[in-house]
Amino acid sequence: MPAYTITIDDTGESYRCVDYRSVLEGMEALGKKGIPVGCRNGGCGVCKVQVTAGSYSRRVMSREHVSEADEAAGCVLSCRIKPTSDLHLSVLGAMKKNVCRPLPEAAAVSAV
Amino acid sequence: MALTGVLRPGHAQIRVLDIEESAKWYENVLGLVPMGKDASGRVYFKTRAERDHNSVILRQADRAGMDFFGYKVLDKTTLDDLDKKLQAHGVKTERIPAGELLETGERVRFKIPTGHTIELYAEKKDVGNATGYTNPEMDVIDGPGITPIRLDHCLIYGGDIDGAREVFTKVLGFTLVERVKLEDGTTDLATWLTCSAKAHDIALVRHGEDDKLHHVSFQLGSWEQVLRAADIMSKNRVSIDVGPTRHGITNGTTIYFFDPSGNRLETFCGGYDHYPDMNPITWTWDEVGAGIFYHNRKLNDAFLSVVT
Repeated sequence: MPAYTITIDDTGESYRCVDYRSVLEGMEALGKKGIPVGCRNGGCGVCKVQVTAGSYSRRVMSREHVSEADEAAGCVLSCRIKPTSDLHLSVLGAMKKNVCRPLPEAAAVSAV
Repeated sequence: MALTGVLRPGHAQIRVLDIEESAKWYENVLGLVPMGKDASGRVYFKTRAERDHNSVILRQADRAGMDFFGYKVLDKTTLDDLDKKLQAHGVKTERIPAGELLETGERVRFKIPTGHTIELYAEKKDVGNATGYTNPEMDVIDGPGITPIRLDHCLIYGGDIDGAREVFTKVLGFTLVERVKLEDGTTDLATWLTCSAKAHDIALVRHGEDDKLHHVSFQLGSWEQVLRAADIMSKNRVSIDVGPTRHGITNGTTIYFFDPSGNRLETFCGGYDHYPDMNPITWTWDEVGAGIFYHNRKLNDAFLSVVT
């Protein structure tokens, strides 16, 4: 089963996600943090991210939270995308302020 | 109490992102009985134990959430009477003709001050439950899925929960069972209301945005059935929000989980009986964690802020 590296640029956190899991589910299954977790099924918009590099497959998600323009710009719900390559993303979701604290390592790197 | 007026929660129309996937899930994982499809593509379900034709209606849409929640009333005279009382209270009502929902009579539809659409109706075809009306056996649950007993209640989020409470209590005859106060000790953060002897038939939470769904709840018969539901959920990779655990409020046991479109549902069991002579119970802000989740006594971010 192929697995890809997902990097959350806001926190510097990265994890390996198998190709049959959503990017959000892959993060949760390993006890990782960084993307806020909501309904996990494309309805609530909490786990919205912008994919800045890499490719993925996607399933239907609520238009209340992801417009067609959003989707074209790579702004998607992380519970509805599965990686088909390594991914880089930044968090856009409603609870960003609660979870996007830089890790000490990442903060140190960015300070250099 | 002899039940008159509004009898019970009757139906919920839920928006789903993929109707085929959702219909399979509501049948095989939640364990509801499929009851047909209408000309507009809506899919109907009931529980095994419910006797009326339908209680859950799924509609394909591009966003999740709930279109409306309906209550069954005693009879046609009651329906007409409540319609007049709603109008006298300043609530604009609309008559939806019989048959617009499958096997369902005329409905009185209106918006409450939180922006949610509520309906009343008196007639829905009695199709009987899984065991029938003559010499029934016990209903041994041998089918797939969680198999709840009935549609139990909903919890909705919106701004003017005081105005909404007035419609339910002053016009529709509901009783206030429990409430949670905000930090100021005066303002209600949330209220639980009943039209029956159940602990609640609807609950309201104050929220910045109107017309939001927090959850639709289904009744289970025992704590063991709640644990069985949790096993079925994990086996089927259902997204669980919280639980299994117990509420301080209502004393019910519970699991919160999400349907395939992210609508939160609940399997709820227990809850004490409430009668209209009982004083409401109040929870203060500092103990709200225990009110909602009695065992770990704290709230979680997703429970508070995830709505559809």
